[in-house]
Amino acid sequence: MSEIETLELANRADATGWPSREEEPPKHRFLFSGWHLVLIPIAVVMVIPLVWMLVTSLQTLEETRHYPPTLVPTSLQFSNYTDVLQQAPFARWFVNTLIVTVVVVIGNLLFCSLAGYAFARIRFFGRGVVFIAILATLMVPFQVVIIPTFLIVRGFGLIDTLGALMLPNLVSAFGIFMLRQFFLTLPIELEEAARIDGASRLGILFKIVLPLSGPALATLAVIMFLWTWNDFLWPLITIYSESHMTLQLGLATFQGAHQTNTNLLMAANVMSMIPVLLLFFFAQRYFIRGIATTGLKG
Amino acid sequence: MASRGATVRRWTTSDHVVGWAFASPAVLLILLFGIVPIVWSAVLSFQKTNLLAPPQWVGLRNYRALPHDPLFTSALIHSAIYTALFVPLSIAGGLLTAIALNRRLRGIRIYRTAVFVPVVVSTIATVIIFLWVFDPNFGIANWLLGKVGLGPYGFFTSANGALYSIVLMTVWGWIGFDVIVYLAALQGIPAELVEAAEIDGAGTWGIFRHVTVPLLAPVTLFLVVWSTINALQLFDEVYLATNGGPGTSTYVPVFYLFRLAFQLGKAGYAAAIAYVLFAVILVLTVVQLLVGKRMVYQST
Repeated sequence: MSEIETLELANRADATGWPSREEEPPKHRFLFSGWHLVLIPIAVVMVIPLVWMLVTSLQTLEETRHYPPTLVPTSLQFSNYTDVLQQAPFARWFVNTLIVTVVVVIGNLLFCSLAGYAFARIRFFGRGVVFIAILATLMVPFQVVIIPTFLIVRGFGLIDTLGALMLPNLVSAFGIFMLRQFFLTLPIELEEAARIDGASRLGILFKIVLPLSGPALATLAVIMFLWTWNDFLWPLITIYSESHMTLQLGLATFQGAHQTNTNLLMAANVMSMIPVLLLFFFAQRYFIRGIATTGLKG
Repeated sequence: MASRGATVRRWTTSDHVVGWAFASPAVLLILLFGIVPIVWSAVLSFQKTNLLAPPQWVGLRNYRALPHDPLFTSALIHSAIYTALFVPLSIAGGLLTAIALNRRLRGIRIYRTAVFVPVVVSTIATVIIFLWVFDPNFGIANWLLGKVGLGPYGFFTSANGALYSIVLMTVWGWIGFDVIVYLAALQGIPAELVEAAEIDGAGTWGIFRHVTVPLLAPVTLFLVVWSTINALQLFDEVYLATNGGPGTSTYVPVFYLFRLAFQLGKAGYAAAIAYVLFAVILVLTVVQLLVGKRMVYQST
């Protein structure tokens, strides 16, 4: 039921992160399986909207206003993409999103590691109560806290700055919880040996524990990346100036302004998806594990 | 008592200092942005405030007004319809897709990627795509449906169809998540169990009904709880695809809450809605867990 359970399920995975049985030889390698007849329609339904987005992004405006739909564009309008970049500060939005995402990911890796390690290994006053309080915040939907969080961020004078997007997200209760659980599974003997040799707690964390925690850190990084990169509601509430917008918010603004220029809209959409898709293909295993772990999605 | 003494001896002063030093940045941030807002939100729900002028204390008036607010009740109804459709559709679809994907086939990676990619696509990107796919005049959906003699439909632009269009769009976006979770669980079903059932003469349906489904029950329970929580918090899709419309036909609680707090200057009332929604989610989760645990127990 818990995240941990799913995490364990997701740990049974093949090289690309997909859950998989041990390699067993396919029984009928050259026989056409009937399952293709089930899977092809499913795959087609999932892919058609994306393919049609791509096709539309290369069409002329006339072709998009044609019924029945033009499925094969007569010429590839790559100029749609350059037009988009000229009409809206997408480069700026991209950089903003990148800055916010990198800061949030680094903040989470650092602060969640420190806190997760303290909760896993160091006996300090109030540890149990504080940990339970942190876990309790996981149960509260974001909407419950959104108004006061807005007021607090406004109190810091951060409204309409990138700081508004970074500060409240530098730490996640989920990250603390996940890393604590992971640290608990590491053999304590290594750490005890290092302590006897006189290593400090900080030294142990950075030289012994974190180097052993690569997969857990990567999973947390991917979760926070996906969540921050795709977040919409919070930027919508805190950012007003076009120059401070994130990619998602900028895209929504662009959509509002170009509702009839479908080809430009689709070109913008394709561009907005490229960074996440690239990361997905290169870090697929951590995406799968991260999503199976939390169900987080932007 | 002896063990307690031993514990105390191991709690050294330096551990208290180091422990707090490690935990304090995270604890302070969570206190500030996690715990303080929970309490503050409760206070706000007893106030009348537009977030600019000093708030006024109004006691329970916000909560008393809720049942008489037609927009709030219709938002709840829309939310219930959406949840009642989204949860079973995405979970049943995810289960069937996972079963189809749970085998060694040529090209299986391609199928899996196709099912999964929508999960990493952002909500706004998904909405932009589906506004176009579901475009009443030029959309590919009406064209394909026309081929089999259906439609044309208004989709997001029709008061009767907008909510269902959001259901279809979010199922498309989320089903990959259910598939991954189910695939992981399916790998855990021992092959011997399936083989034993086959020897006993069970067909494909029998195995599915009496082996697969019961063994997946705990995972299904997890997905039901998780999907319900997410479904009740629907916002981005409504805001972006229909803006609550046509009319108020796709108003859902979080959308109404957002409008009230950040556009209409009724933050106290919005906070009351937030707390009612929280209570609904909490109660539903507990009920699902209690009923579900029992069903999981009975089926295994």
